[in-house]
Amino acid sequence: MKYIEEFQDPELARRLLDDIHATVTRPWALMEVCGGQTHTIIRHGIDQLLPEQVELIHGPGCPVCVTPLEVIDKALEIASRPDVIFCSFGDMLRVPGTGRDLFQVRSEGGDVRVVYSPLDALKIARQNPGKEVVFFGIGFETTAPPNAMTVHQARKLGIRNFSLLVSHVRVPPAIEAIMQSPSCRVQGFLAAGHVCSVMGMGEYPELAARHQVPIVVTGFEPLDILEGVRRAVRQLERGEHTVDNAYARAVRPEGNPAAIAMLEDVFEVTDRAWRGIGVIPDSGWRLSERYRDHDAEHRFSVTGITTREPAECRSGEVLQGLIKPNQCEAFGTTCTPRNPLGATMVSSEGACAAYYLYRRLDLAPVRGADPTARTTPLEASPVA
Amino acid sequence: MGHGGGGALSAELVQHLFAPAFGGEVLAQMGDAAAVTLGGARLAFSTDSYVVRPLFFPGGDIGDLAVNGTVNDLAMSGARAAYLSCGFILEEGVEMSAVARVARSMGAAARTAGVEIATGDTKVVEAGHGDGIYVNTAGIGLIPDGVDLRAQRVVPGDVVIVSGEIGLHGVAIMSVREGLEFGVDIESDCAALGGLVEAMLAVTSDLHVLRDPTRGGVAAALNEIAAASGTGVVLQEGKVPIPDPVANACAILGLDPLYVANEGKLVAFVPREHAEAVLDAMRAHPLGRRAAVIGEAVESHPGLVVARTGLGGTRVVDLPLGEQLPRIC
Repeated sequence: MKYIEEFQDPELARRLLDDIHATVTRPWALMEVCGGQTHTIIRHGIDQLLPEQVELIHGPGCPVCVTPLEVIDKALEIASRPDVIFCSFGDMLRVPGTGRDLFQVRSEGGDVRVVYSPLDALKIARQNPGKEVVFFGIGFETTAPPNAMTVHQARKLGIRNFSLLVSHVRVPPAIEAIMQSPSCRVQGFLAAGHVCSVMGMGEYPELAARHQVPIVVTGFEPLDILEGVRRAVRQLERGEHTVDNAYARAVRPEGNPAAIAMLEDVFEVTDRAWRGIGVIPDSGWRLSERYRDHDAEHRFSVTGITTREPAECRSGEVLQGLIKPNQCEAFGTTCTPRNPLGATMVSSEGACAAYYLYRRLDLAPVRGADPTARTTPLEASPVA
Repeated sequence: MGHGGGGALSAELVQHLFAPAFGGEVLAQMGDAAAVTLGGARLAFSTDSYVVRPLFFPGGDIGDLAVNGTVNDLAMSGARAAYLSCGFILEEGVEMSAVARVARSMGAAARTAGVEIATGDTKVVEAGHGDGIYVNTAGIGLIPDGVDLRAQRVVPGDVVIVSGEIGLHGVAIMSVREGLEFGVDIESDCAALGGLVEAMLAVTSDLHVLRDPTRGGVAAALNEIAAASGTGVVLQEGKVPIPDPVANACAILGLDPLYVANEGKLVAFVPREHAEAVLDAMRAHPLGRRAAVIGEAVESHPGLVVARTGLGGTRVVDLPLGEQLPRIC
């Protein structure tokens, strides 16, 4: 695996940057959809090296950031139960719900375990037949197939004490929602390569055509990002708006048919609330009727949870690319990774945390910003 | 748990809770070891508890870790460790053969490091109230004349050197703890650094500060030094020696090698005029063969560590908050 070094080669990066500088003639605003791409951009200082005319707007593609507060609260409630072993990917443990996080549940005696795969949680369920084992199934189209596979396995093997707390989200409806926002400034998208490696590129041509935006499927290493930017800028300069695959080493146009079939078997499309944004129609998955037995929300009937986000937090606008993190009055003052007001400050893939961790030197929070002069966030529907 | 992770939370616990409660002036030095004067002798004095899971891992075990960890804390003051204490807290039901294996490993590590385990204590707690074997070691050693290693001595212009490849211990532990296979065997770099430090001090006693980047990794060590010295640190990211298996494991888990623990490495801030000679001396020692200059102390951005990335951008390298968490995607 020599991939990492090769895709961070300074000489090749310089050439790509020269090409971008030579191509650009006017300002363009591109959105990188995925939090992993945001992380790479800020960590490697790519935004500092691009021509001033190319603005990168950070998209909503951090699954940790967009998991709604009420889902986090459901997780906390389930994880607190003495009969439950609650399994999760590591970075969900620090996401604040209303008043606490999974770390705190663990310190209060809850059995909360970090796993690296949902199949590990299934193994724990087999080893602990007297316990209810719940896996926190969050994320985009990338993490959904293994979760679907695990539920499928649980049913096949008759492992009844395993269930999934699902909050899966889908990228294309989010792009649609962002484009429909009246204050949208995005002129081109770097689509999330790993999502496309699963789902293929079939959903994008229609989006690109309808909104007249280039969509470039992009990877995650520095050179991938630069190549994605280069291709998007080239299209914009030529007045084109097609779907282009700049991540062909991982993405086939048809995606991964086996994974798609598994998703269609286990999940069904549903409206989904995105933290900081609101409900986006058809933007999520839930377990289909056939697998309802393995749905943790049903099994533990966690209902009646009402949540309230801190009023100061403008992560919704950050997630839609309407403001940069440092344009929020709370950035770096009342809101830091240590005391995050919203999820974008929790996950290192969240734009706020990335700015705080890597950019504090050249970013003073914007003082004296008029809090009443807010951009229009998406119309947030009440969460069902 | 984050309060024991060697990051910002750990530092706060000491500064805001323990230091005011204990009083005393020596604690305020906040070094890995305390430098104290007793009967005219300058002593380095340090203690550390070891609660590593699993007890046995590729490249070492809790026993040699407990010896080398405290020996290294003393070495960071320039002291050659002389005597160690050893406190065992055993959980009822732990295999006697495991205890014997740990004890033998401690003996072997002590002989290699040239230190004597001179006193000890054993307690047994009820089953369920421990994790098999916990070990505490404390140690003392003499600080040679003319050696004064403190973060406060760092000045802009100092050269930052790391003694070798980083991240091995943390990744080795993770690979066995989580049952992750990275396709290659990664072994802990657990080793005693007293000899390497002696080789460096033989070139010049005017080293400014040494730190062994254990919990929180190189990032935590550099941040502590920047904060204590009031200088900034610029890190050349491309010059940090990161072995491929560590880079790959970190890429898979979404971790940053700069934050991963080491158990046989040191970070040195050396006056510019001595840097080359110290580097040569390090490379001539078996534990410093891959030593490299990774950055410098600067006047700008006091207290902050800034990395120049391979592509030419810059970013802040922050103090880790608590435990590093594997990322979801």
